[in-house]
Amino acid sequence: MELLRKPVSIVWAALMLATCASTWLLSKNSVTPDVATVAIMLIAAVKVRLVMWQFMEVRRAPLSLRLVCDGWLLAVTTLIVTVYLV
Amino acid sequence: MSESLMSSGTGTELVPVGGPTRRLPGVEGVWVFVMADMTVFAVLFGSFMVSRHHNPALFEASRHAMNPNFGGVNTLILLTSSWFAALALDAVRKSRFALAQRFIGGAFLCGLAFMVSKGIEYTEKLNAGISMLTNDFFMYYFTLTGIHLFHVVAGNVVLAVLWFKARSRSFDPKRPVVLECGAIYWHMVDLLWIILFPLLYLVR
Repeated sequence: MELLRKPVSIVWAALMLATCASTWLLSKNSVTPDVATVAIMLIAAVKVRLVMWQFMEVRRAPLSLRLVCDGWLLAVTTLIVTVYLV
Repeated sequence: MSESLMSSGTGTELVPVGGPTRRLPGVEGVWVFVMADMTVFAVLFGSFMVSRHHNPALFEASRHAMNPNFGGVNTLILLTSSWFAALALDAVRKSRFALAQRFIGGAFLCGLAFMVSKGIEYTEKLNAGISMLTNDFFMYYFTLTGIHLFHVVAGNVVLAVLWFKARSRSFDPKRPVVLECGAIYWHMVDLLWIILFPLLYLVR
């Protein structure tokens, strides 16, 4: 039980739940394609940031690395969502 | 900010004391490699989306041949593997090497499970007559997942080395740089899949 109370375990549980929501709920046809796709990509972006911040320990890294990681994520998410919507 | 300021010698210069200690995980070189790799994938993600934009009907029809259960389960496997790697690092920092070894073993087994699942998925596609040459969507599917799978295989080799290093207790609990570098690489493999999976299986 000590294991499950660790911050990385809570993050892992959140990532698992978000994956299940994206894969088996939002992909259903009851949600319009545009809404589902944008929501799924935003959930993916939040998941990537959690992996970077909590698992890769970027939260404790110098500002330069935090900016590079956030910059990459912002660029990739913006690129995918923008090309999808135009 | 609760930083206190203290005079340094002459009384004219102030330096922060007691601020949060920032430290680069791993070494600079691993981050250069990881960011270069992630940049290549970013270009491939963009290229996929532009091709999709030019032929949405073909990409959407092809996507229907994909089984999201494979992608979803593979994501859960890699997330769990990443969790094990983070727990192994935590265990080494507490000098609990035997526990760290088990966690690294868990991460390794998850990597193997991912490879098996991908193998089954590729076989299913090839048996259905779908290959890289079928159309643009499947060219991207096999190329992107193939490059990613190569990263998973390389990561499993790294995890095997780390397992032996944990067994021989050759990490410094105060600064386990090699384990940190291996974990950073493994988390990168995970985060790339987090984007790759919705891109190929879910975007409609």
